[in-house]
Amino acid sequence: MAAPVDRRLLRESRAARSHLALAGLLGALEAALILAQAVLLAYVIAHAAIDHATLAALRGELIALAAVLLARAAVSGGFELSGRWGATRVMSELRRRLVGALLVDGVGVDREERSGELAAAAVQGVDALESYFAGYLPQFVLAALVPLAVLGWVLPLDPIAAGILAFTVPLLILFMVLVGRGAQAHTRQRWRALSLLSAHFLDVVRGLPTLRAYRRDRAQEAILGTVGERYRAETMGTLRIAFLSALVLELCAMIGTALVAATIGVQLVDGALGLQAGLTVLLLAPELYGPLRQVGQQFHASADGAAAAERIFAVLDRPPALAPARAAGEVVVPDPRFESIRFRAVSFAYPRRPGAVLDGVDLELAPGETTALVGPSGAGKSTLAALLMRLADPTAGAIECGGRDLRMLPIERWRARTAWVPQEPTLFAGTVAENIALGDPGADRGRIERAARDAGIWDAIERLPHGIETMLGDGARRLSAGQRRRIALARAFLRNAPLLVLDEPTAHLDEASAADIASAVARLARGRTVLAIVHQPALAAHADRVVELREGRIVGVTSPAAQAVRAAAPTEARSDEDAPTRAASDAAVPV
Amino acid sequence: MSAGLAALRDIARPTRGERRRLALAVAIAVGAAAAAIALLATSGYLISRAAQRPPILMLMVAIVGVRAFGIARAALRYGERLASHDLALRQLARLRVRFYGALRPLLPGRLREGQGSGELLARFVADVDTLQDLHLRVLIPGLVAALVALGAGLAAWLALPAAGLVVLAALALASAVLPALSGALAARSGRRQAPARARLTAQLLESVDGAAELALAGRSEEHVARLRAQDAELAALGRADALAAAAATLLGGALTGAGVVALMLVAIPVVDSGALAGVLLAALVFLLLASYENVLPLPLAARRLRACATAAARLQDVCAQRAAVVDPRAPRASRGGGELRMAGVRFRYAEVEDEREDGRVDADADELDRAVIDGTAPRTGGDHGDAWVLDGVDLVLAPGERVALLGPSGAGKSTLAELLVRFYDPQAGLVTLDGLDVRELDQEDLRRAVLLCGQDAHLFNTTIRANLLIARPDAGEEEFWRVLRAVELDEWVAELPDALDTFVGQDGGLVSGGQRRRLALARALLSPARFLILDEPTAHLDAPLAARVMAGVRDAAGERAVLAITHDATLLEGFDRVVALRTARVVVSDDRESAVAA
Repeated sequence: MAAPVDRRLLRESRAARSHLALAGLLGALEAALILAQAVLLAYVIAHAAIDHATLAALRGELIALAAVLLARAAVSGGFELSGRWGATRVMSELRRRLVGALLVDGVGVDREERSGELAAAAVQGVDALESYFAGYLPQFVLAALVPLAVLGWVLPLDPIAAGILAFTVPLLILFMVLVGRGAQAHTRQRWRALSLLSAHFLDVVRGLPTLRAYRRDRAQEAILGTVGERYRAETMGTLRIAFLSALVLELCAMIGTALVAATIGVQLVDGALGLQAGLTVLLLAPELYGPLRQVGQQFHASADGAAAAERIFAVLDRPPALAPARAAGEVVVPDPRFESIRFRAVSFAYPRRPGAVLDGVDLELAPGETTALVGPSGAGKSTLAALLMRLADPTAGAIECGGRDLRMLPIERWRARTAWVPQEPTLFAGTVAENIALGDPGADRGRIERAARDAGIWDAIERLPHGIETMLGDGARRLSAGQRRRIALARAFLRNAPLLVLDEPTAHLDEASAADIASAVARLARGRTVLAIVHQPALAAHADRVVELREGRIVGVTSPAAQAVRAAAPTEARSDEDAPTRAASDAAVPV
Repeated sequence: MSAGLAALRDIARPTRGERRRLALAVAIAVGAAAAAIALLATSGYLISRAAQRPPILMLMVAIVGVRAFGIARAALRYGERLASHDLALRQLARLRVRFYGALRPLLPGRLREGQGSGELLARFVADVDTLQDLHLRVLIPGLVAALVALGAGLAAWLALPAAGLVVLAALALASAVLPALSGALAARSGRRQAPARARLTAQLLESVDGAAELALAGRSEEHVARLRAQDAELAALGRADALAAAAATLLGGALTGAGVVALMLVAIPVVDSGALAGVLLAALVFLLLASYENVLPLPLAARRLRACATAAARLQDVCAQRAAVVDPRAPRASRGGGELRMAGVRFRYAEVEDEREDGRVDADADELDRAVIDGTAPRTGGDHGDAWVLDGVDLVLAPGERVALLGPSGAGKSTLAELLVRFYDPQAGLVTLDGLDVRELDQEDLRRAVLLCGQDAHLFNTTIRANLLIARPDAGEEEFWRVLRAVELDEWVAELPDALDTFVGQDGGLVSGGQRRRLALARALLSPARFLILDEPTAHLDAPLAARVMAGVRDAAGERAVLAITHDATLLEGFDRVVALRTARVVVSDDRESAVAA
């Protein structure tokens, strides 16, 4: 009954285990209280009805009955509390691990594609887990314990009734499983019909301007009605069948109770059974069926709770993107300003995904040289850049700087040598100043302003309502794509790192902004080793070298700057730069 | 909440047919509940009576009754589920039609697709979906609980008036207190938790999105610590809410128990005195215990009601907006044969937005603001939002003429196109068709003559054929292929496995951007309108194909006038005239070389 994820939750989460144990304890208590309630109620009714016992005579039993009823209330409160605390604790536990996995252990090379969905699962998922822990789990425990307790109690009192109950319970469970499946199928069916309808409605609503342009908007109203009616008729057809299994389940429980009542009645007339015993059995019959029927209805809660956890487990299961730390002691971290960086037969493949993203790449980035990386999307350009920044490590081969394998260097200190300007920079909640100082939190105002001026965004910042103290990030003011990239450029200016990685900062911008940013990039590139990912070949013209990647391999290295220089001054030929070679050229290229 | 309830009453008022079906569903549901209660109560009576050892025949009625109630219960429950689901689906279908009708005059003038309103429309659709819960999960359970309380109270009253009062009071108390408490707690928890959740979600989102940047900046650990602190804050709130919820559950259970004990206290002395037959005591207790079942769904119903009310309030806000343009009371008929003309037109979106920010739809204004700052809107910008998008534009399109409108992005070309089909009205100046102010025409009449194929022309999630038929419902096979040939899609469509009956997917997602664009263009060519306004007809096409498609469109247009709007100066060959638009003004007209130079 428990899906694999439930088991996984229990296996991996201490909180989940302790709350399951608590639920078991409460369930046992509840079972005992159910028996006590039935016995006390039967006693009171039997004595009052037959012996005409007075209130005074039944005082003790009535007080006990009140206490039992109150205790049952307390147990349901306990289930609720334990379930909700359990959900909160488990979710918090999962979130903490998720945060660690995402931010520290496995930053990885691919940006989390559906981060919104993941964040929602990690925060709102607690609701689904609540219905799992406070709804499904208690009923599951009760369904396991109560029927056994009831049967155990009824058997000595009335073996015939016990026999009937014992016969119906497996039947009921069988139907419950069928209903569970049916209910799932029904829920899915209904959900599909509804989402189809919803999607159709949304499609029509979004196409309204088009419908109006073609004067079809009025006619569509009638079509909507027809479509709704058709789906209703179809859905009702499937529901008529889907609800049948629930009907059988209900019949089973009801007929079981009715049969028990009839046999008790006959035994009473025969004198084979006392009224108190008979009433006890009759009171216990619905209690036996109750949890079994409830647990079937909670199937979906179990599935939803599992889905929320599953989304998080999927992230936790990713293997780490970085090789285990191997740096030891004090190491001198080479400076790309003076040492060249070499990719030696570097390959990279995603775990559990076929095919290599990078396949035996040899490349040299000489100090101070600007290398443009071109190639179709999916060629491995971003991955190559990510490996250089040690957001992930190669699966084969090595990247070296000054002859030292990057993996042997302390990761923080290597990263401190790099600055990155992504195509879609993230703005964090905080002021403009804090955002620019991302890579250098201690920077003073003067340096931040200079960086902003260098990036050409100072004027725009000054026009903001609170200048450099304007809050950015979610819910606050949004900047345009060009402005966001300039903030990233300012970050890089401020960071002043020797190695600069750019992801085509001028893509999708209008001409004026693109030109502005291009000139800022040129200023920034001066005196640094630059790796620039370029999607438009025209933009590669300013690079010292252009490396073309295709399906994870380097298919060409050209030198547009060298060609231009040679065209202007033929005597300064640098012939070794022209030929496209797979291996990187070792020739130093002056900037 | 109360405003939401008023909106809900207003919006979800059932039709007569629905009221009849609601009554039917409730009647069946009450029958099912009554059968379950009767089964237990009769069983209690049966056993108590049996204990007096009457002849077995005396018990037969009760035994048969118990079985009959059991079967009836199961059958009625089945019927109830069918009836209630049928009602919910019917109501949903009706509400969709109704809200579509309300939205119809608002798009695109008030809520523009592609400018942040996508989310708004999605929420609109989701809100309509939410309303289907109103009957299924709120009204039916609520009415059933109330009727069961009355019925059970009455039945008990017949046996013993005091017991009737106890049963009624116990059920009424539980029906009132539990949902109110649950609703209040849910609202309180939402109020307290929502901001913390939103903060954590936002923080999580930016940290995940910027994970690589944080790692490179060496700031990851700091963000992890901040996230964990926020997580702890949220968890503490969750624990406090759990405690409150548990207390409410305990109270609910205690109320149930109190009812049973109170019933005993009232009934036992009467049995003792002989005024109540002992056999009825068990029946009374079973009656109360079984009736409680119907109170259980009420807390959930209260929460659903809240959700429905919120949705209704939002829907009412959207629908209460005024349409951007309205038809005249006494429309004039266009005579045909004349020109389409724009004279001294000035237009800006500022007023459109201002009206909206009057507090009608807050989130919407917010969306717009964002869209403007992102620079995705074709406006001149939110920082100086009152700038004129069009400032004194004159334009003439004569019958059968081929005119190209050239201009950079952001110059107001698309706005100009939308003014020609009267999606908006200009603040100054006139748009005329056959010499008549378009505001004096019926909108349908105008759009019969002037067709806009916008940049965001929508492909519906259906077949190619159905998408084309929108332009001309009586078009024949031959005409389809003629327009497809004009945009060079005929061979492609012919090779598709289902040819014209191929589905294009959500938003045309199953075809490429260029094919989507050309299908929209083919559809426009099928339209019988006299003036075709084509906004960026060759976007997403490579240069040679763009030139061929532009030529194909000019040929296929035949007698009809074409205004092709483009930012691409290489596509002007073959037009009678070229008009250039530069930031809000037509600067050059009627001269190709100077237009391009501008």
